[in-house]
Amino acid sequence: MKIIRNIGLTIFLICFAVFLSLPFLGKYKLTEKIFTENFKDTEQQKLLKPALKDFFKKEYNSNISFIKDYNKAFDSVNDEFKKNKEWDKVIYDNHVFSIVKNSSQGFVKDNVAILFIICFVISSLGGLMYMIPALFIKPIAGIKNDHIFQRGITNRGIIAFLFAAFLITFYIFIYQKPAYLSNWVLLVDGLSNTLTGTNASQWFLYGFLYCLIMLVMSVRMYIKYRDNNYQLLRTTSVLFFQIAFAFMIPNILTNLQLPYMDFKNIWPLDYSFFFDYRLTELASNGMLGYWMLGWGIFLIIIGVPVMVYFFGKRWYCSWVCGCGGLAETLGDPFRQLSDKSLKAWKYERIIVHSVLVFAVVMTIAVLYTFFTGSSTLLGVDTYAIRQTYSFGIGFMFAGAIGTGFYPVMGSRVWCRFGCPLAAYLGIVQRFKSRFRITTNGGQCISCGNCSTFCEMGIDVRAYAQNGENIIRSSCVGCGICAAVCPRGVLKLENLSEEGRFDAYVRPEEKAF
Amino acid sequence: MKIVIIGNGISGITTARYIRKQSDHEILVISAESDHFFSRTALMYIYMGHMKYEHTKPYEDWFWGKNRIELKNAYIKNIDFDSKKLFTDKGEEIVYDKLVISTGSITNKFDWPGQDLKGVQGMVTKQDVELMEENTVGVTDAVVVGGGLIGIEMAEMLHSRNINVNILVRDNYYWGGILPKEEAELVGRHIAEHKMNLITKSELKEIVGDDKGKVKAIITKDGKEIKCGFVALTAGVSPNISLVKDSKLETDKGVLVNDYLETNIEDVYAIGDCAQFRNPKENHPPVEQLWYTGKMQGRVLANTICGTKTKYDRGIWFNSAKFLDIEYQTYGLMLKNPFDDEDTFYWEHPDGKISMRANFAKVDGSLRGFNFFGIRFKQTVADDWIRNKKNITHCISNLHKGFFDTEFYKSYHKEIVEHFNKVHPKDQAKIAKKKFLVF
Ligand SMILES: Cc1cc2nc3c(=O)[nH]c(=O)nc-3n(C[C@H](O)[C@H](O)[C@H](O)COP(=O)(O)OP(=O)(O)OC[C@H]3O[C@@H](n4cnc5c(N)ncnc54)[C@H](O)[C@@H]3O)c2cc1C
Ligand code: SF4
Ligand code: SF4
Repeated sequence: MKIIRNIGLTIFLICFAVFLSLPFLGKYKLTEKIFTENFKDTEQQKLLKPALKDFFKKEYNSNISFIKDYNKAFDSVNDEFKKNKEWDKVIYDNHVFSIVKNSSQGFVKDNVAILFIICFVISSLGGLMYMIPALFIKPIAGIKNDHIFQRGITNRGIIAFLFAAFLITFYIFIYQKPAYLSNWVLLVDGLSNTLTGTNASQWFLYGFLYCLIMLVMSVRMYIKYRDNNYQLLRTTSVLFFQIAFAFMIPNILTNLQLPYMDFKNIWPLDYSFFFDYRLTELASNGMLGYWMLGWGIFLIIIGVPVMVYFFGKRWYCSWVCGCGGLAETLGDPFRQLSDKSLKAWKYERIIVHSVLVFAVVMTIAVLYTFFTGSSTLLGVDTYAIRQTYSFGIGFMFAGAIGTGFYPVMGSRVWCRFGCPLAAYLGIVQRFKSRFRITTNGGQCISCGNCSTFCEMGIDVRAYAQNGENIIRSSCVGCGICAAVCPRGVLKLENLSEEGRFDAYVRPEEKAF
Repeated sequence: MKIVIIGNGISGITTARYIRKQSDHEILVISAESDHFFSRTALMYIYMGHMKYEHTKPYEDWFWGKNRIELKNAYIKNIDFDSKKLFTDKGEEIVYDKLVISTGSITNKFDWPGQDLKGVQGMVTKQDVELMEENTVGVTDAVVVGGGLIGIEMAEMLHSRNINVNILVRDNYYWGGILPKEEAELVGRHIAEHKMNLITKSELKEIVGDDKGKVKAIITKDGKEIKCGFVALTAGVSPNISLVKDSKLETDKGVLVNDYLETNIEDVYAIGDCAQFRNPKENHPPVEQLWYTGKMQGRVLANTICGTKTKYDRGIWFNSAKFLDIEYQTYGLMLKNPFDDEDTFYWEHPDGKISMRANFAKVDGSLRGFNFFGIRFKQTVADDWIRNKKNITHCISNLHKGFFDTEFYKSYHKEIVEHFNKVHPKDQAKIAKKKFLVF
């Protein structure tokens, strides 16, 4: 069994290495045809063509020099306009991503199908070969957290930092410099065409990878928690919502020329929900568009509070949400790295509620501009607010830090410190909900497993050892604390609101 | 007033915390084991890599300063009760007005030949775990002597490092001195399922070392030799009273205390694992070596020290443990055999890994206690039923009120009720119909 594991790991690592090498492989040659196809504006074509004349003849061996030269040529044209103060001629979009993607030739372009199979199918099988033998090596179901703090990858070793660096780099490129990753995107063009009817963008690749990683890592969850129905159902649920709601449905909508919409993504997590282009798009789609808008607003105003009242924030955070879904699958091996200190909790409350306020302010500003047409609110440029939010929160916090820091700060950095929707759900959970984690009387032995494995950094033990129920706005109801408790002390429950804060006091102790 | 507490375990620390809650007395806690309070019950998880030592500390390090509980890492060598002075092994003097002795336990050793060889140890302290880390390097086979609760933990620890484990027990079954036969067998099967070797009816005669003074085998009383590179001594623990053994303080197995946790010397108290009750409750052990009893005693004693003299009453017995993957919870006094005036009802799942037992009075069927294996059950419910002498039929019918397993778990209530009705045809238990859609 160990051999199978090692073979699986080797296969995975080889496939991963192939995947990593792709952006550096192949040749790049821009032809006039490709150029005109991607720069549809004939006026701009005319302006740019002279500068790109040499470029059209040249074949590049690396996308780095290709992108460099292309940008240089492009900038030289713009610089000229700027120098001459011909502001109306300045070209803002250089379409570098699609230019590079379509100029790719040679190895990658010629072997898209086989590379797709290697990078996504065989690598996944390698991953599964690594995970499935656990069923035979540890044939008896139960909590097996052996060696977690003795291995570098799960205990902030060098390998963990390397992995974090990779994730962060990945996020930076996919958000800011997708052109360099165009060879990866080429691999999923076929799939994208089938689903959406258009070639893939970097976001299609991102969505696809997201689903694939969740799928493979949920197998790990199924194995690890196979005796725990709550975990099995919850994992199935997040996986379903990711694949169906976040990936398939929006892409099919695109194919049908309907507005792209993820029906389970709720403002303010879906911070662009009230952005002008989305509102306009919805408004231009008649009844369906209005229904979509209505659904989004319904979730915010009624869906969230009602569901949280009955089931706690978990209904969303660990049963539906995509960010949560990744955290609960890819992030599960890292959950123990969350900071449980009181200091971290203080920072958490300040930061997460600030983000919520920021999201609300930003949205008000955006809507103000949408309805009044005025681009400033109280003297501040609303577009600038929106850009700051998108960059700072949408990209940096949710992406680069949120996922990139999994191997360093645990799986829910974004959910805990950054997510404005989590803050909103949490406020309801804290003040008006039937949900709680019940403590079983005096059975707690203060061992600390629950706190250690709480991905939200809640010091569960602090409550459990006092016989108190755990009611915390940040608890996402993942149920792992209850799963790892060796004494059966914790249970996630939806009960009557009455007495939810009451600690258990033994009749003998009522005397003092 | 200056209160000095020797031992920073759960009982000493609870006393300190509750004294602080009620008063402004000066508090000093002394321990030679660790700078800060940690959870002894979690020692196994450090070795297994579930946690690091930091995770076993229930309070952050700043907590003590903030609550003005002074901590001192030192070993107390001597006490002069007349002048109310403590002496550390480095010759330092510490005065006290009131003294709490909560020095915990030490591993039982029964003068086995070879018990001090390298690779032979028990597990009570943090240092023991560090030693075990050292002692198990390169070891392929190990013997665990004595199958109590620490024994099964050490077996699991060794197993996590792929070391072959032999468990030597004196009784016919694992923990046969406490568990009823059926439950002991259930655990025994589970041990076997984990490919550990449970050797019953067998006692340790001697431990054999190699020429470097490291253990190489053990020999049982019936002459069997088992090769091993590590021996875990887990034949129980006893009060750690070497500090006061030959002093004015009255001791037996432990430091003798009355129901107020007072010793024979004024202003000196003893609690936790090291204390022994002069008049224990009927059928209750005189020395309570449990986490929660240490906690309760600490709270009671803090009251007394702060002026509200409070009697210690442990209430209805309960406990829990985990045997590898099987959780165990017990409520009420449940020993190997029911008491003479009791009847017993036992149900076991056909897979043989889940079970429940209820003991009840023969005369009126009032519930005396529960054993649960692989089922989590609410203490509040069990405590209430036992306290209020609820009838067994009522309890079996209402088990669902106490089930505490994670949501979506399969409930075995129906099977239990059917079995109960079969073996007790006179009292028919019934499951109340579920109301539809009641949260
Ligand atoms: C491995 C293991 C697992 C356990 N699991 C459970 C469980 O699951 N459930 C349960 O209920 N109970 C369990 N127990 C029992 C429980 O941990 C003890 O009952 C409890 O810790 C006793 O607390 P205490 O405060 O009395 O003593 P301790 O926690 O033992 O503290 C005594 C302290 O005093 C110090 N000390 C002693 N002498 C001196 C001296 N002369 N000078 C300075 N310091 C001194 C010691 O170094 C030690 O730090 C377990 C015990 C062990 C060892
Ligand atoms: S408290 Fe428990 S259920 Fe809540 S987030 Fe932490 S581990 Fe999950
Ligand atoms: S895991 Fe269970 S026993 Fe351990 S501290 Fe948490 S609630 Fe208590």
